[in-house]
Amino acid sequence: MATLQDFAVDVRPTWCPGCGDYGIWNALKRAFVQAGFDPEDIMMVTGVGCGSKMNDYMRIGGLHTLHGRSLAVATGFLLANTGRKVITVHGDGDGYGEGGNHFLHTVRRNMGFVDLVENNQVYGLTRGQVSPTSRAGFRSSTSPSGALDRPINPLALALSQGATFVARGLSLDLPQLQYLITEALGHRGYALIDVLQVCVSYNRAMSYDWYRERAYKVEEEEGYDSSDQAVAMAKALEYPGDGRIPTGILYRTEDVPAYEEGIAALSAGPLVEQPLRTRPIEDYEELVREHM
Amino acid sequence: MPVQDISFRIGGEAGQGVESSGAGFSLALTRAGLQVLGTPSYYERIRGGHNFFTIRTIKRREPVLSLAEQVDVLIALNRETIDLHKGCVRPGGLLIADEALGAGEAVAGLDLRLLALPLAEIAEAHGNVVMANTAALAIAAAAVGLPLKYMLGVIETNFGARSRAIAEANTRVATYTYDLATETFGLAFDAPLGDCADAPPRLLLGGNTAFGMGAVMSGCKFVAGYPMTPSTSLLEYMASHADRWGIVVKHAEDEIAAVNMCVGASHAGVRTLTATSGGGFDLMVEGISLAAITESPLVIFLAQRPGPATGLATRTAQADLLMAIHSSHGEFPRMVIAPHTPEEHFRTACRALNIADKYQCLVLVLSDQQSASSFASREKALFDPASLEIERGKWLSTEDLEAQGGYLRYALTDDGVSPRAIPGSHPNAVFLSSGNEHREDGHITEDPAIVRAMAEKRLAKMRGLEGEVRPPLRHGPAQADLTFVSWGSSYGPVLDAVNSLNASGRTANMVHFVDLWPFPKKAALEALGGARRLVAVEGNATAQLASLIRSQTGILIDETILRYDGRGFTTEFILAGLEG
Repeated sequence: MATLQDFAVDVRPTWCPGCGDYGIWNALKRAFVQAGFDPEDIMMVTGVGCGSKMNDYMRIGGLHTLHGRSLAVATGFLLANTGRKVITVHGDGDGYGEGGNHFLHTVRRNMGFVDLVENNQVYGLTRGQVSPTSRAGFRSSTSPSGALDRPINPLALALSQGATFVARGLSLDLPQLQYLITEALGHRGYALIDVLQVCVSYNRAMSYDWYRERAYKVEEEEGYDSSDQAVAMAKALEYPGDGRIPTGILYRTEDVPAYEEGIAALSAGPLVEQPLRTRPIEDYEELVREHM
Repeated sequence: MPVQDISFRIGGEAGQGVESSGAGFSLALTRAGLQVLGTPSYYERIRGGHNFFTIRTIKRREPVLSLAEQVDVLIALNRETIDLHKGCVRPGGLLIADEALGAGEAVAGLDLRLLALPLAEIAEAHGNVVMANTAALAIAAAAVGLPLKYMLGVIETNFGARSRAIAEANTRVATYTYDLATETFGLAFDAPLGDCADAPPRLLLGGNTAFGMGAVMSGCKFVAGYPMTPSTSLLEYMASHADRWGIVVKHAEDEIAAVNMCVGASHAGVRTLTATSGGGFDLMVEGISLAAITESPLVIFLAQRPGPATGLATRTAQADLLMAIHSSHGEFPRMVIAPHTPEEHFRTACRALNIADKYQCLVLVLSDQQSASSFASREKALFDPASLEIERGKWLSTEDLEAQGGYLRYALTDDGVSPRAIPGSHPNAVFLSSGNEHREDGHITEDPAIVRAMAEKRLAKMRGLEGEVRPPLRHGPAQADLTFVSWGSSYGPVLDAVNSLNASGRTANMVHFVDLWPFPKKAALEALGGARRLVAVEGNATAQLASLIRSQTGILIDETILRYDGRGFTTEFILAGLEG
């Protein structure tokens, strides 16, 4: 049984003091321990951005890729090795902007991995530009007069494309986030966790207090039914908005097979563990005869 | 009229089964022991979507190297075909058409023989009106003296398993028309084409299919792609063989996803492949750089067509050579191979997967529409599965990992190749691979000494790749007045041109490059250095191979025969270019 120490490396995070990424970092490691994973069981695929350096700061299998491409890379990895637990960790610009197309298609396929999006509603690593989740009117170095774009609603978008696990966490609520990640790790199919986090350097208006004043947990609402898609959609549409921010597991169903469950070639086990030639060499003559 | 060398053209509207007719007739000729080269062609710009399929068959041991500009037999499934192609029929050639098409007045005054029967009526009476193409092909078979059994055999192959009724109806239509044509027209040429019963067993296939077959046999386990002509048939080949041969094939949302899925699968440890054409390749270029820095083996099959942008979607070009060699930012090793025949496509699949694994690098296979969609007869012996030897390069076993007590994925080595391990296969096989510059253990660094060492380590693999590179192919006399320089699918037409020139009393030879990067400098200098007159033959407007040779060897080739109208080379085009 692994402990938190087993996930430690000699590399120290370069995040700003007070960054929400620290909370996510801790929640991830604790969830891995809680879910009973060893470092070699995990493949964490990240994009490019402050939070995408997550796998540089942990001892786990890691693939730190390109901006926006982590879902595609994770899909390829998972299809080649269904024997690992795959999780993608990337920011809002990465996941919903540059990687927006991959997001839609990953959701509709119900690819069997966890997708954690660090949503601080600003570009941090490039020093403070408007992001796809920034509120309209957001002033930044690339939107000096205020953004004309309205923010994307990732949870509603995921639900509309048939997502089977849709959750929102907060970087400031470590126990809830650890719970959400642990649940997502056990989910059959694609699990989206949109994590609202502060950016102490470039999005100071949305401070820890700002989130505390608005956030609430859906499961604390009497009779909340996370298996009801319509209810979840109504909750998802509350934020971005002017009012409160619903958090927790908004929607979950275990009734939809994960994409990889339907692949004939994987019935013989993970692809990487199968022999390169699945049949005796003489059987391959069959391919030649198709053209005679 | 040389009876041993006959060219056919079948033309009609989209939906009339032109390509299946052409492919089927090619297969019948192949089974008869004749050598065949067939190529479909699509006129996108003409209303109704005019398609035609050209077949050249030669009764000899050597394969057909090129198509001829003119044909001996024009099979017109509609009137448009007659109007468009009657000028391409050799004097004394045949026009086969339905009586109802009014072919007589269309070709009045031309030196060709019309073989017209009521094809639609015959098809309707003996099978179904859609089988008029079968009737037309039966006239062609009867006219040239191809035994009927080969046509009936292909009908059985194509329809037998699908529907007894359709197979039998086509058989009735073919048999009735064949007999009627023999009786009505007799043999059109001096002697029947017949068959070669003693010919070795042969296949009929094109570059995409041959490459796909080689990839399946060589342990390719993962394919991600997005359809783009003319690469699509490779993706389709892999998809249709996936379940039976244990392969995962993913039609991705776009080429960006496709190449990145391949990087993920490659990192996991399986052999991967993607296929695309120019525009799709453009989208993959960023992903290539990720494969490069993470040292993930990657094979990309790039079937060229004319650009820029959509260009000519269904036609051919050789205009992406310099892009293939120079694509993507940063400096990293790669290999570029341009197979020139179906058997070379077959072997290249295995070779590309092996080299990608051995050097943990990108191997780009540069094909083109001409190679991709042609149907060529080739000896079966060239496609022996047992001839493909799988080499996976340096790997650490779990015992190695256990003994080492740790693992450096990017360990600095003399040859630049660091042994791989399946991620997570052992408690020591836990590592990061990053698109950022990294230390030997994979973690990110900006330390200048390590940055330099990593760049040098990756580029050191070029030395190994240089050892893999083969010299250019040479044909013709060692000393000649004229040396053609070529690459890719123009091989056959250039070789035919060389043979034709030497037969006519001039001396010509050719230097044909298959391995293009790392560029075989020494071999090129040796092959080209003493040439009296060099002529580059390329399917592009800027003589890209000549430019590459100049940059790599200093040799200037200032005479060129370039084709950039979307059509493949013919021997006639090359010989005309030499004169003009």
